[in-house]
Amino acid sequence: MNATRRNVLKGAGGFSALSVAVAAGLLKPTQVLAGWNQAGFSATKAADALAAIGAAGASESKDISVKAPDIAENGAVVPVEITTTLADVQSIAILSEKNANPLVGEYALTDFDGFLATRIKMGSTANVRAIVKAGGKTYTATKEVKVTVGGCGG
Amino acid sequence: MAIPMKLRAGNGEIKVLINHPSENGLRKDKSGALIPAHFIKNISVAVNGKAVLDGQWGGGVSKDPYLSFKVKGMKSGDKVVVNAEDNTGDKATVEAAAS
Repeated sequence: MNATRRNVLKGAGGFSALSVAVAAGLLKPTQVLAGWNQAGFSATKAADALAAIGAAGASESKDISVKAPDIAENGAVVPVEITTTLADVQSIAILSEKNANPLVGEYALTDFDGFLATRIKMGSTANVRAIVKAGGKTYTATKEVKVTVGGCGG
Repeated sequence: MAIPMKLRAGNGEIKVLINHPSENGLRKDKSGALIPAHFIKNISVAVNGKAVLDGQWGGGVSKDPYLSFKVKGMKSGDKVVVNAEDNTGDKATVEAAAS
């Protein structure tokens, strides 16, 4: 049952996959909250998660800084700070590229003043990737974090 | 059930701390059984009624989720409201005036 649902979600992208899953009775309507990127959060590869948030063609930018520890002894709590000098920021997404589900969070922003910080779980040593959409374009930057003890279980 | 949540706003920055297990549904307990997913899915922040952040979270956010960010033009006395909802439908709302 779960495997079927995963395949349905994988098979097509984003909203259409959800509609199909709902129509097929695989997902209860209550599970489909407004504004939650099911395809993005259930993606198991960073590339699939990036595609699901419309960031597959993001260009590397020096105007984004991802601050995180070089070595995280505890992968369950890794502080991450995103700062950017890009103007007109519309959204920021954070991925831990080797997590079972790489997409950690996605934020639509208005009047953003260049700084966002949170704490994430990391399953293993990986790049933490920030995606910043600004002025209609998509930019990205990464920071590698070495993880001593993973914090995702499984 | 209401989710405990703290909010602090001032000097152009909004800080939110939520008391929540943030289980991703992949961890096992001591008996080897999967611990069900239980995490915050949506968080939104408004200043004086204007949405400044509309966030979506997965199970990769750490336990007791923390979020801070800077907002242009926030002044002392501005009304900041934060709403959050987890995957079981539990909700949290807090309100504070910016210092």
